[in-house]
Formats: sequence, structure tokens, C-alpha cells
Amino acid sequence: MFSKFLQKCRVKSPWVLHFDCGSCNGCDIETLAVLTPVYDVERFGIINMGNPKHADVLLVTGTVNHRNKKVLRNLYDQMPSPKAVIAIGACGLSGGVFREAFNVVGGVDKVIPVNVYVPGCPAKPEAIIDGVVRALELFQAGPEGV
Amino acid sequence: MNTIQIIMALIAGLFLAPLAVGLITGLDRRITARLQSRLGPPILQPFYDIGKLLGKEAILTNQWMAFCSLAYLAGAVISVVLFFLQSDLLLIFFVQAIGSVFLVMGALSVPSPYSQAGANRELLQILAYEPLLILVIVGIFLSTGSFKIGAVYAMDQPLLFKMPLLFLVLGIALTIKLRKSPFDISGSHHAHQEVVRGVYTEYSGPYLGIVEIAHWFEIVLFLCLISLFWSTGVVGLVILLGVTYFAEILVDNTTSRMTWKWMIGSAWSMGLVFSLINLLWLYYG
Repeated sequence: MFSKFLQKCRVKSPWVLHFDCGSCNGCDIETLAVLTPVYDVERFGIINMGNPKHADVLLVTGTVNHRNKKVLRNLYDQMPSPKAVIAIGACGLSGGVFREAFNVVGGVDKVIPVNVYVPGCPAKPEAIIDGVVRALELFQAGPEGV
Repeated sequence: MNTIQIIMALIAGLFLAPLAVGLITGLDRRITARLQSRLGPPILQPFYDIGKLLGKEAILTNQWMAFCSLAYLAGAVISVVLFFLQSDLLLIFFVQAIGSVFLVMGALSVPSPYSQAGANRELLQILAYEPLLILVIVGIFLSTGSFKIGAVYAMDQPLLFKMPLLFLVLGIALTIKLRKSPFDISGSHHAHQEVVRGVYTEYSGPYLGIVEIAHWFEIVLFLCLISLFWSTGVVGLVILLGVTYFAEILVDNTTSRMTWKWMIGSAWSMGLVFSLINLLWLYYG
């Protein structure tokens, strides 16, 4: 019964950390729009945290390059498990139009494991909420799901 | 007090009161969301948050963090238990103060600049509200002739009529302790990104959960102190607590965060002047 309650708590209280890996700010604006009164994700218990040590879900936007891949790795390592990673936008998925550039590593999954991919250029706020809900289904599946 | 009364007091202090505070914080978040034209989280959200935190992986920067979070919890729980056993107000005050200082010591034990800044600000907050708290306790002593809580319950009229200004002073201390605007400089209740997370930055997973539970116990203690101002009837007590907490939510939503200099200046000037007038009135009146 206790583990069932714990599972429910995990699904009901995902605190997100948003990291901009060098996107054009399109996806970032859409990600932050999710937190405004129009979409109000706090009704699902989602809170935007500025601290990786308190976060459960990592939202990454933009292309990963050789400069910020260490930062991304560091943020991921600082999050206590169970944790989920959501890559947002064409750049986060594969590097987007910048994938051939000399400084670009590629998508987020080249550096850290990604659980959910949210496509779009920029991704729509509805799609981002949908992505977070998909990540919560992984929490529902248990610790081996994430 | 006989044995049954002591057991009842322990159950109320250790379980019922923190659960009630959890519900109050959930209600607080919902009312705040409505004031910002949002829908807000479920009422039980604080319980989900704590449940999730306790079930997370424990990552420690150093062993001090674990010790300090537990010592903070111990200080808060012991002060609440002492209150429910109707002990001495001064003793309760000192135990509570020791607990709060352990939260700061844990945050100071890591080199993270955000944790350090938050810890220094938390120390300033403690500096701002502790003198006010002791002045309120002195006021209770002047009205009842004793530091014992039992003496307050022996009064035949509520303390609020004798110490209205000291009640406002306790309100200032409550606002600082609840981490509400304009005094939320070391780690805000609603704004989660002030100096990353201020004094909470380095506590993570189950230790953050322990710190949150300790904070609930501290809120219990402060609401108990407020309840002393209407000790003659349950209905008046509940109304007083409800009105005070709703006023806190309104103040939180209508003011902005100020600097630490402003906090110390305003808390001390308003607090000391109000206390002095009220204490002189009690002494000569």
C-alpha cells in the first residue's frame, strides 16, 4: 500500500527543471508559456524549479554543442532518481537545421538518455504538456520505467 | 495532566496538528492560485510533494546536511510537543530557536554560493523575528503573571483585548516564518527560484522532505501561539486563526519581495514600537 501511495505521489508532483541548450528561444518561450495562467500546469502539481537537486523532470530545448554538453551532463547527474528527460523541439531531437554545423553534437540523446521526444519548431505548449504527461506514465510504470 | 490527557496531547501535537497544517498549506496554494486567476493544485498537493520527496534517491553533499535536517526536525517537534504539554513559553522559544539555527548550519556546511547566500539571509530573518517573539512572550507574562501556558488558559477573557498591538507584532513574525512576501528573502513559499532555492538549495530528496515536515511543525507552533490570543472559546479561536491566515495570504499576494535591510528595519521599528506601547499599557494599565 505504501509503495502504491509513493507511486501516486510521483505522478502527482513532478517538479520540472528547464535547461536551454542554446536554442533560438522559440521553444523556451513555449515552455514557459505552459506555466502561465492560460495553461496553468500547477493544477497537475507541476512546479518550475531552478534547482536540479529538487527536480524530477528535465526539459531540454535546443541543440547540444561541445560547450554545453558538460553542463547538461552535470545537471542530469545532480538530479536524484527517479527522473525523466524530455527533449523539446526539432533541435533538441536531432540538432534540427544546425545538425551539420561544426560545433553541434546533435540531439540531447547523444549526451544523456531521453525518455520522451516532443517534436515541433517550435513545439506547441499543448505538445509540451502532452510530453510531460507521457513522462508521468513512465513514473506510473514504476522505478524500472524511468 | 493525567496520563490519558498526556497521550491525547501527544497524538494531537505529533499527528493531527501537522496534518491540519498540511491541509492549510494546500488550501493556501489553491487560494493563491485563484487570486492569480489560475485553478491551482489539489488541496492534498503538499502531501503528494512530501511523499514524493521521501521516496527519492538520497544524495548528500556531506553528512552534516543529514544531521542538520534531522536536528531541525527534532527542534521543531520538541517545541510543538512542549506546547501541547502546556510547558514553559520561554523553554519552547529556546528549543524552537535551536531548531531553526540547525537549518542554517546545514546550508552553511556546503560551499555552494546559493546555499551560503540563502543561509545568511535566513540568519537575518531569524534576527528579525526572534526579538519580536520574545517581546510577545514578555507581554503574555505581564498579562498572566506566569510563563506557563496553563496560566493563559486560566484567564477569563481573551488575551487579544489586552495585547492587540502585540498580536500584530506576532503577525509580522508569522509572515517571516511562513516565508511569505514581503519577507520571503531566504527561500520563498511560492516563488521557487529566488537565489535558486535559497537556504533549501542543497537539501535534496528525502532530506528536503524532512526539512519540509519540520517547517510544518514550526507553522504549527506559530499558529498555536496565535491561538493563545483567544484561549476562552473554540469558535473564536478557529475564527481568529482563519482570519489571520487569510490576511497572510492577502499580504503575500499584494506585496513584493523587499531587501533584507528593509526587512530588518521595518520588522524591528514596527515591532519594537508596537511592543513598547503595548507593554507600557500592560505595565501601567
